[in-house]
Amino acid sequence: MSSAAPTIALVGNPNCGKTALFNALTGSRQKVANYPGVTVEKKVGHFTTPAGRTLQIVDLPGTYSLRARSPDEEITRDAVLGRLTGEVTPDLIVCVADASNLRLALRLALELKRVGRPVMLSLNMMDIARKRGIEIDAARLARDLGVPVVSSVAVRRGGTDDLLREIDNAVTNLPAAGTSSWKAPDAGELRGGQREADRLLDAAVRRGGERDVGTARADALLLHPVAGLIILLAILFVMFQAVFAWARPAMDAIAAGFTWLGALVGSAPLPDLLKSFLKDGLIAGVGSVIVFLPQIVILFFFILVLEDLGYMARAAFLMDRIMGGAGLHGRAFIPLLSSFACAIPGIMSTRVIDDRRDRLTTILVAPLMTCSARIPVYTLIIGAFIPDQDVWGFVGLQGLVMFGLYATGIAGALGVSFVLKRLIWRHSAGEPFMLELPDYKIPQAKSLAIGLWTRATIFLKRAGTTILSMMILIWVLASFPQPPEGATEPAISYSLAAMIGSAIQPITEPLGFNWQINVALIPGMAAREVAVGALGTIYAIDGGEGAAEKIGQIVAGQWSLGTALALLAWYVFAPQCASTLAVIRRETGSWKWMWVTFFYMLALAYVAALATYQIARALGAG
Amino acid sequence: MGFRGRIRALVVEHAGTGLPGPELERRLIELGFVEGAAVELLHQGLFGGDPIAVRVAHATIALRRREAMAILVSAEVPA
Repeated sequence: MSSAAPTIALVGNPNCGKTALFNALTGSRQKVANYPGVTVEKKVGHFTTPAGRTLQIVDLPGTYSLRARSPDEEITRDAVLGRLTGEVTPDLIVCVADASNLRLALRLALELKRVGRPVMLSLNMMDIARKRGIEIDAARLARDLGVPVVSSVAVRRGGTDDLLREIDNAVTNLPAAGTSSWKAPDAGELRGGQREADRLLDAAVRRGGERDVGTARADALLLHPVAGLIILLAILFVMFQAVFAWARPAMDAIAAGFTWLGALVGSAPLPDLLKSFLKDGLIAGVGSVIVFLPQIVILFFFILVLEDLGYMARAAFLMDRIMGGAGLHGRAFIPLLSSFACAIPGIMSTRVIDDRRDRLTTILVAPLMTCSARIPVYTLIIGAFIPDQDVWGFVGLQGLVMFGLYATGIAGALGVSFVLKRLIWRHSAGEPFMLELPDYKIPQAKSLAIGLWTRATIFLKRAGTTILSMMILIWVLASFPQPPEGATEPAISYSLAAMIGSAIQPITEPLGFNWQINVALIPGMAAREVAVGALGTIYAIDGGEGAAEKIGQIVAGQWSLGTALALLAWYVFAPQCASTLAVIRRETGSWKWMWVTFFYMLALAYVAALATYQIARALGAG
Repeated sequence: MGFRGRIRALVVEHAGTGLPGPELERRLIELGFVEGAAVELLHQGLFGGDPIAVRVAHATIALRRREAMAILVSAEVPA
């Protein structure tokens, strides 16, 4: 990033509308990266002021104080103080405040003044404050506080004009970098700061202490001890319905597109090996990941809407006690929920958890939530082995088994976190659960669109890099060495993958797995659902229309019920996803936790599959 | 529910939380719990009435009873 353009840092409390302001200023001229070495998202954008100056702007994670408590807040502190290597010290700090909730923001503004850089206060969401009858004497506040104060309405055209004008003023005569007199405040200093903020508030603001009437009414219902929980469950139900049902047509279309592309390459006049690489390695591999894009977009649509509404904090409030029983933090609710789509965004969203151990627990158990990549495997086996009949007259048996697999995953996650917290880490009291419940706000279409676009591109980029390279590696394992002349078996039976499959046969025999399953598990490491395609390859079925159905018929003829159930049990727990492991390594910053996850999941999977197969055999289904 | 009062003191020395007292004190202050601030109990959870949601001056804060024990409040006498 060029250091020529002056840099502005946006700092503010959580929920102050900082990101909406960032979006309003930069529009599409923004990108999300990671700060080097940590996985805190770095949102940088550019914009041009009315005076024609191009400025760089950084959206920093929300905080109540520069005194950092979580990785996110450390980034905010270090970025503001210019302590990040390779990052420029901001030339101007814009402290963003929710105009209808100024009290805590003013204390933060007082703290920011000590950093030694020019500070300006932007009273955001002024429209809402005005509607609620809150009157702010901005001139008085600016005089008392000693920094420029402007008002802004991020979501309205022209709502940032005042802010842009003031930024132009400020950057025309930037002072040389002053020295920072900031140091982490102790309780006495914080108390003094809040007292001073309260004085400023009394002098410049009329009204504003009252609760927002709409929020109070909504909370009477949504935070009701019983009704609130029922509504939360209903919201989750709709969300999952949407993720699975609405995404279906788009997923089918994407899958059909890749099948068509594969067929196109398959009929092209190319050498067989190259053809196989393009078709089975590249197109099938990337296709099997991109097919989940619709589900990820829909899931994030719900998460972003609930987040922007202000409901997510309420969900954490409602779930805190329930999750606390298993040793999980209320804030772990959102990451674990996301993990039902895919553990990768789930693990990435654990950054909202302050305490390192709470965060680690959540990261470690997130892969046990049933992600969408398990669904093709579950569907295949359930369709082939579980009779399509009703129990108790109205519940489908197949659906019931599916539900059981989800429940097992959840129970596994709760059990593991319980063991971690209560038996291994033993810090009985744990991190406090304290968070602000913001007033409800109507989500803005533009912010939603930008948020969704960011998520989708992050996912696609990963599909194009990490996952693609894994796919290529697995294709090599499954393709080399090449079958000899006049080979009768499918080509994969002569490959390295088959050798590995046979080598681990003695270990998986007690689980009822045959070598074909062992081989399919290896490409299944790239992404769980790839195992389905791999089974197709091993049993020599061409892809295309109805391929999954044909695989189902074959495995139904070749496997015992015990084997099928054991494989389902295996898939609930097994660490069958290289990308998830890669993300855990990145998020925890250590190989250690990646391997801990890998081995504990492997052990659980082995024990679960072993128990399932042996019990099934004892009952005569082996 | 609906209890109103004014914060008299923060007493963190013997709070049974996972945090050292001074750290708990700082976090409470950062969320606006300072002496003299008006507080009102708004909501409580289903199980054991935990966690609770409290209006403190201009903001609504959710926290567990364990941490809230550190906040000494004198009840507001209705005028």
